[in-house]
Amino acid sequence: MASDTLQSTSHTGWRAWLLTDTPASRMQARLGQLYLGWRTFRSNPLALIGFLIIVALVLMAIFAPLLAVHDPYAQNLDLRLRAPGEDGYWLGSDDLGRDIWSRIVHGAPITLQIVAIVAVTAPTIGLLVGTAAGYLGGWIDVVLMRITDIFLAFPRLVLALAFVAVLGAGIENAILAITLTAWPPYARIARAETLTIRRADFIAAIRLQGAGPIRIITGHIWPLCLSSIIIRVTLDMAGVILTAAGLGFLGLGAQPPLPEWGAMISAGRDFFLDSWWVATIPGLAIFIVSLGFNLLGDGLRDVLDPKRKSA
Amino acid sequence: MTDTTAAAGRRRTAPLVRRGAALLSTLGVIAVTMFGLIFVTFIIGRVMPVDPVLAVVGERASKEIYDRVYFEMGLDKSLVEQFWIYLTDVLTGNFGTSTLTARPVVEDIARVFPATLELATIGVIIGIVFGVPMGVTAAVYQGRWPDHVVRLFGLFGYSMPIFWLALMGLIIFYGNLDWVGAPTGRVDVFYQDIVPPVTGMILIDSAIAGDWTIFWNAVSHVVLPAAILGYYSLAYISRMTRSFMIEELSKEYVTTARVKGLSERAVIWRHAVGNVSVPLITVIALSYANLLEGSVLTETIFSWPGLGQYITNALLNADMAAVLGGTVVVGLTFVGLNMLSDVLYRVLDPRARS
Amino acid sequence: MTEELLRVEDLWVRFPTPSGKVVEAVRGVSFSLGRERLGIVGESGSGKSMTGRSILRLVRPPGQVQAKRIMFHDQDLLTLSERKMRQVRGNRISMVMQDPKFSLNPVMTVGRQIAEAYRLHTGASRREAKRATLEMLEAVQIRDPERVRDLYPHEVSGGMGQRIMIAMMLAPDPEILIADEPTSALDVTVQTSVLRIIDRLVKERGMGLIFISHDLNLVATFCDRILIMYAGRVVETCEASRLHEAKHPYTRGLLNALPRLDEPKAALEAMTRDPAWTEAPSVDGYL
Repeated sequence: MASDTLQSTSHTGWRAWLLTDTPASRMQARLGQLYLGWRTFRSNPLALIGFLIIVALVLMAIFAPLLAVHDPYAQNLDLRLRAPGEDGYWLGSDDLGRDIWSRIVHGAPITLQIVAIVAVTAPTIGLLVGTAAGYLGGWIDVVLMRITDIFLAFPRLVLALAFVAVLGAGIENAILAITLTAWPPYARIARAETLTIRRADFIAAIRLQGAGPIRIITGHIWPLCLSSIIIRVTLDMAGVILTAAGLGFLGLGAQPPLPEWGAMISAGRDFFLDSWWVATIPGLAIFIVSLGFNLLGDGLRDVLDPKRKSA
Repeated sequence: MTDTTAAAGRRRTAPLVRRGAALLSTLGVIAVTMFGLIFVTFIIGRVMPVDPVLAVVGERASKEIYDRVYFEMGLDKSLVEQFWIYLTDVLTGNFGTSTLTARPVVEDIARVFPATLELATIGVIIGIVFGVPMGVTAAVYQGRWPDHVVRLFGLFGYSMPIFWLALMGLIIFYGNLDWVGAPTGRVDVFYQDIVPPVTGMILIDSAIAGDWTIFWNAVSHVVLPAAILGYYSLAYISRMTRSFMIEELSKEYVTTARVKGLSERAVIWRHAVGNVSVPLITVIALSYANLLEGSVLTETIFSWPGLGQYITNALLNADMAAVLGGTVVVGLTFVGLNMLSDVLYRVLDPRARS
Repeated sequence: MTEELLRVEDLWVRFPTPSGKVVEAVRGVSFSLGRERLGIVGESGSGKSMTGRSILRLVRPPGQVQAKRIMFHDQDLLTLSERKMRQVRGNRISMVMQDPKFSLNPVMTVGRQIAEAYRLHTGASRREAKRATLEMLEAVQIRDPERVRDLYPHEVSGGMGQRIMIAMMLAPDPEILIADEPTSALDVTVQTSVLRIIDRLVKERGMGLIFISHDLNLVATFCDRILIMYAGRVVETCEASRLHEAKHPYTRGLLNALPRLDEPKAALEAMTRDPAWTEAPSVDGYL
């Protein structure tokens, strides 16, 4: 309906080159898209905050030994349950007299490790299953999607609990359990995307040029699934952090004395009414980090999801 | 001028057949899913543990008990046979005996389930009552401050560990303000097991018994956990309502409603929300199911004698029969709720109805 | 010719885009409407739909409407409060949109949708509204209105859907009807019957009609007067009967691009567009 007469505000130099309506090369077009995406992203302050939170988490994990003012495992029973600010514990100390700030800092790499492993493995499994089901179709599709549905039929935490119950408590098993429960949604997404892409004319054209299914899936379908998968991963990470924390809280995830945030809350539970900070502070850390992922995911969706952009 | 009569006639003969087929295929999917669900728990319980007997009886069991359980579980038989026995057991409601309570798991679950149901139901009601209007408001004011407030409020809910929020709630409303009951379950300790269980839901049972002291005591205990679960379902419901509404408000029939001269309120609540209410049913059923999950962690904090606490207790005591029984029940409830939402969808949406 | 019902002066519709540019969908359009059938023709993107929606002030944000004035009788629609404007919409100026598949509420029976419009502006009782609904359905030549009343939009065909839409929009008896491509989404076979219904009702009720279409031929046979829009401006205006005398090269191009039985050609002419058309000022289309 809208007229294509543009009252162009003139751009200069590289910006004009990026924003041109007639890109001369594929790279120019891609960079232009990237630039437009960045502009949308930048104009969303919440997404930017989320991005900064995650950057801060990564920096914290890398520089943990430098940031921690105490040894996170060093007990000092004379200085147990100090309130924040007392005796040099600016976030207080726990029931064994360990510095909470140092433990939070050393908990960052643990959280990051869980997130990173799940973020790589679960979408990969999902992508493999989903594209295979969507592209090959037939009984393979039926079988794979039924399996996916069965896994989706369990609430995630409950299934993870059952897995950990069998595998035994511990951070590796917690990660494994979370991965086992996290892949089905990706399979669903990848299958749906594959189904739409598969019928597209350009895939038919590629097939006519002699490309085999492997090449079509890896070279054309996977790249196109990526943006929706990335959005989902980012939004999912908050859930992964919460599930890991829940497992830790129940004593089924990271084992003491590891400074995993969920387990730290659990440790503070016994005296939360008198020494509120022991449970409160690790919870705040979890909250901030998963909020960061949620904000970033929301922002990325606005940038990457073309359907929502036009709406 | 009668271009529709023929089509309408065709449409009228078909539905019975088509509806039957659709129902059959839905039932088929459910049957397969349930079968798979039982299969997965079988794998978890029997195949994955190095020694499934040990997982059931625990390390302290004597040789006789070990052997008895070994044969009871049919571990001398082939896996296929074992699965067949397990499947028939589960379908007849035989989940084995809990080592923790020394009672059949199915009895235990029947006893604890109403408590979870009570909590989750109040939670989901809170979620609907606040979540739907918030989502609608956010969509109407898309991109402006009410939208940002609602979105942030929802994102906060998505980002907090539920058990942590429960602890924070207790610190403030129990520890500091003393507005709510202690985290001792559904009533204070000295009121426990007084009201005869009719429905298993203490609010209803105490009302039936006419014991208002216990009723109000129960209310003071349910408020906080229900509010916390409610917040989670609110976060989900408001977010989904918002995105449904944004899509709906961009549709042409909304313009039609405005062309008619309807007020914005009628356009939004009568026309757009009317259309959104159908997919919302699915969302509400899902959020109900999600509360089952949320209740696992919430119940442990509040010592709420429900399914969640039962499962976690069993877990911590390596009571595998109870864990698997609980998992199957939660899975079946999940599937059941999905099925219910599917049925409701068919009933409520005129497009799916004919 | 006749009294002026509506007068649009110097109308602009602008859309800011995310990249900071401003797209101008309508650029300085002026025209007036009497108790006549006015056709607005143009290709997609020429701004014709936006012109129609601006009159009802239903251009969605972020679109911005600006005009010197939009006079309806002696009221300037642009200065009316939203509440006063609602009394104009549907009641005095109404609009039929392109595709009944999308423009009817899918979860409300058609009877309720018609009655809603009628009751809103007449304050009639439920029973009266029911009677009026049936009457309107009959007026748009729907057989068995009792049955159709209880159908949902997906249960009726496109042609019937559009007649229902017309019944709904004409129920409160408006003075002006804006028909925005009312037959473009329909099968060719039912197009004529829907057009005939619009034509008859508009004449019977002495209404003004703004008929928006991309189909020059259709507009020429159906309307009294034509505005031809290009790139957000009116490039030419003429009596429908004198279309063949049109001078603007764009109109000529359109006419020459149509096959004619009486003057067969080996190849139809393709349009060559002159950038100057975009820049030339809008022609006014007053009576």
